[in-house]
Amino acid sequence: MIKLAKSGLLTTIQDLGRIGYQKYGVIASGAMDSESHRIANLLVGNDGDHPTMEITLMGPVIEFQEDALIAICGGDLSAMVDGERVELWKPIYIKQGSELRFGNPKQGFRAYLAIAGGFDVPYVMNSGSTYLRAGIGGFEGRALEKGDEIPVGDPSMPSLSMMESLKELAGEEHFCSASWFASPEFVPNAHSGCEIRVTEGREFELFSEESQEKFFEQAYQIDSKSDRMGYRLKGSKLKLNEKVDMISEAVAFGTVQVPSEGNPIILLADRQTTGGYPKIAQVASVDLPKLAQLKPGEKIIFKKITHEQSQKLWIQREMEIKQLKRGIHFKYR
Amino acid sequence: MDAEYYSLGDQAIVIELGDKIERTTHQRVKEVSEYLKNHPPHWMIEYIPAFTTVTVFYDPIKVMEDSTSGKLPYSIVCEKLDQQITNLEITTDSEPRLIEIPVCYGGEFGPDLSYVAEQNEMSEDDVIEIHKNGDYLVYMIGFAPGFPYIGGMDERIATPRRDDPRLKIPAGSVGIAGGQTGVYPIETPGGWQLIGRTPTKLFDAGEEVPSLLQAGDKIKFTSITEEEYHNWEGTNS
Repeated sequence: MIKLAKSGLLTTIQDLGRIGYQKYGVIASGAMDSESHRIANLLVGNDGDHPTMEITLMGPVIEFQEDALIAICGGDLSAMVDGERVELWKPIYIKQGSELRFGNPKQGFRAYLAIAGGFDVPYVMNSGSTYLRAGIGGFEGRALEKGDEIPVGDPSMPSLSMMESLKELAGEEHFCSASWFASPEFVPNAHSGCEIRVTEGREFELFSEESQEKFFEQAYQIDSKSDRMGYRLKGSKLKLNEKVDMISEAVAFGTVQVPSEGNPIILLADRQTTGGYPKIAQVASVDLPKLAQLKPGEKIIFKKITHEQSQKLWIQREMEIKQLKRGIHFKYR
Repeated sequence: MDAEYYSLGDQAIVIELGDKIERTTHQRVKEVSEYLKNHPPHWMIEYIPAFTTVTVFYDPIKVMEDSTSGKLPYSIVCEKLDQQITNLEITTDSEPRLIEIPVCYGGEFGPDLSYVAEQNEMSEDDVIEIHKNGDYLVYMIGFAPGFPYIGGMDERIATPRRDDPRLKIPAGSVGIAGGQTGVYPIETPGGWQLIGRTPTKLFDAGEEVPSLLQAGDKIKFTSITEEEYHNWEGTNS
């Protein structure tokens, strides 16, 4: 069990999302930066997709009521255990009674806290993800609040033995990190003005030639009204050659759609299942984690790649994660 | 049947089965959805049917495991889906489900009923009568959990959306927006003209199929009194 002494800005329980229910209009939800979420789970020896805590910009204060094995991945929000900085991207043993808090955000927007055994929330429609708008899933269907006590599942055997060996190394200390970590190539390199690779959307050709060019030439700024549903962008307004009657159809994580007023919106984890606005582009899946680490106010530049490149980049990334998984398994033996 | 294929990013494919919102296209969408439901390829993550399309989300890695051709997963998915869809025929023998939705029209549940009547120069009872007697078909579920896009409303009661959308529309509200009618399964903001409310639960997260309505269902609205509404609601929980 862990207890929140402070909630943070927006702290929710997420996994890889609610799969198979979009045909009933149920949004997928899930971790915004699914890669950091997955790696955090791998680092604590969790087998499969366990719910982690998605922490946004200003983190919570968490009290550990029992010994735990954790990992924090994604954005660097200055995690500290009992006042001492802890490193990201590695397994950490935490002694019962210790306190994890976050300081000033250093880099990125969202951190993922995985715990061996996973946060043990009831599954709704096969997922532990929080769907805030409908009040479904995660911890009581809502963002975490001060005083919440979140149960933790049973750690796997490898997690338990990792915890034991780190505990031994910790001695009198309140925590102890493993000496190894996930390769820095997995750290999402997000900063204002960074490139986000996209492919042309299905309605790309319907936009005026000028809009097609501007979309790739000029930076777009993430508006403050952005949330887990979508990033609203400010920049060159995009116009269609002529007004078209769109028929609603499915959209995906990373679809860039353009409502009639002309400012594009990138659809994210809490997107609706279908949409009726013209789609100018689609963010390459490999760049979604990076996108999720960008904050409102920061800028992005879209870079066009082909559909084939986009798919190949994703496959390559998955191979790298597979490799990482093998490496971690080896450490856990 | 014929289909066109488009990519939706690197992990989804759009199967386009028509270019207009009409019943024959809907039938094709339903047929393809049925096929995918009964014969899910192991690389398929899920599918989303819409008015003219079925979008299939897939796992490119699993697609590759299947093939030694070295082709792009998207091309393999295109080929495999097309092989199956080409051989699909529209069968008309499957009788659609008819779902009855009781509605308490007007009063506090339908604050815009009088406006709809005024706009269309008829009495409130006429609006109710026409709304009840529509031949309704659920084309797709989207926008919100269990929210049906319903076709078949009589144009005589069509009314534009409200200029100032309401911040909260209670679950069960039955409304009109332009030439469409719909029911809100969960509380959401919205600009629809509200003419009544149903005590029937349209969305239940605890059910295996959480949405009462599904694409392809026929709907029959019936009129109930306020008392019946409250009795009904009492048996719901």
